Amino acid sequence: MSNFVQSLRLWFSPARLRAEGDTPDYRFSLANERTFLAWLRTALALVGGGFAVDQFLPDLRWAARAGLALALLGAGVLCALRAGGRWARCELAMRRGEDLPVSRFPALLGLEVALVALAMAAVVLFGWER
Amino acid sequence: MRGPRGAARGTGPRPERADAARDPGLQPERTRLAWRRTTLACTVATVLAVRSALHEGLCAAGAVAGALCLACWLGFLLVAHRRITTLTAPRPRTLAPGVAAVAALCTAALALCGVAAVV
Repeated sequence: MSNFVQSLRLWFSPARLRAEGDTPDYRFSLANERTFLAWLRTALALVGGGFAVDQFLPDLRWAARAGLALALLGAGVLCALRAGGRWARCELAMRRGEDLPVSRFPALLGLEVALVALAMAAVVLFGWER
Repeated sequence: MRGPRGAARGTGPRPERADAARDPGLQPERTRLAWRRTTLACTVATVLAVRSALHEGLCAAGAVAGALCLACWLGFLLVAHRRITTLTAPRPRTLAPGVAAVAALCTAALALCGVAAVV
């Protein structure tokens, strides 16, 4: 939880980031930026998947369709917010010369995507259409 | 051109070359292309979002949701364009935290508009 508070404080006072430690090699910062962008693309893919479920599966029952779409859209929101927080925390760790922060978010995201995929497979196999 | 900050940290010796201003690993260029890919992904998601907001005919709520999605897309496009222009420098500055925040929040807001459209 303290990690969350820390990244929230970084979001709202960006000057703190520049005040900490010393500037790392610009290539490490750029690599961190590309990782941030890759997470952002993951978030956008989840959001796009949510919209696609909502629109291109009109034969599904409303509950199944809305549930799958909301699971994907919610994962997209979390992924986008976490991408920003993680970028700030990695930048801070590099400036201070500490280890990069670890997190269980990738495992949870993988689990959720697997669950959504299983639900999709069940919908296709058992024909839960209206 | 190589200033004292150019000394690589933790990555073996770099070959000396005439145009040392250019990074042999093309890091600024790769980062620029990553921004372009992300802009493209954002455009695709926005197209799907606007289609989702308007597919039940044009109603006031759908029009507002579609307009908000377009606003998120424009915000993302703006920060991405500004970052892409700064990345043409041989040794670009670190990404400003505000830019990262705007990009992440535009993505999250796009998804929240989608939640409003689905429910």
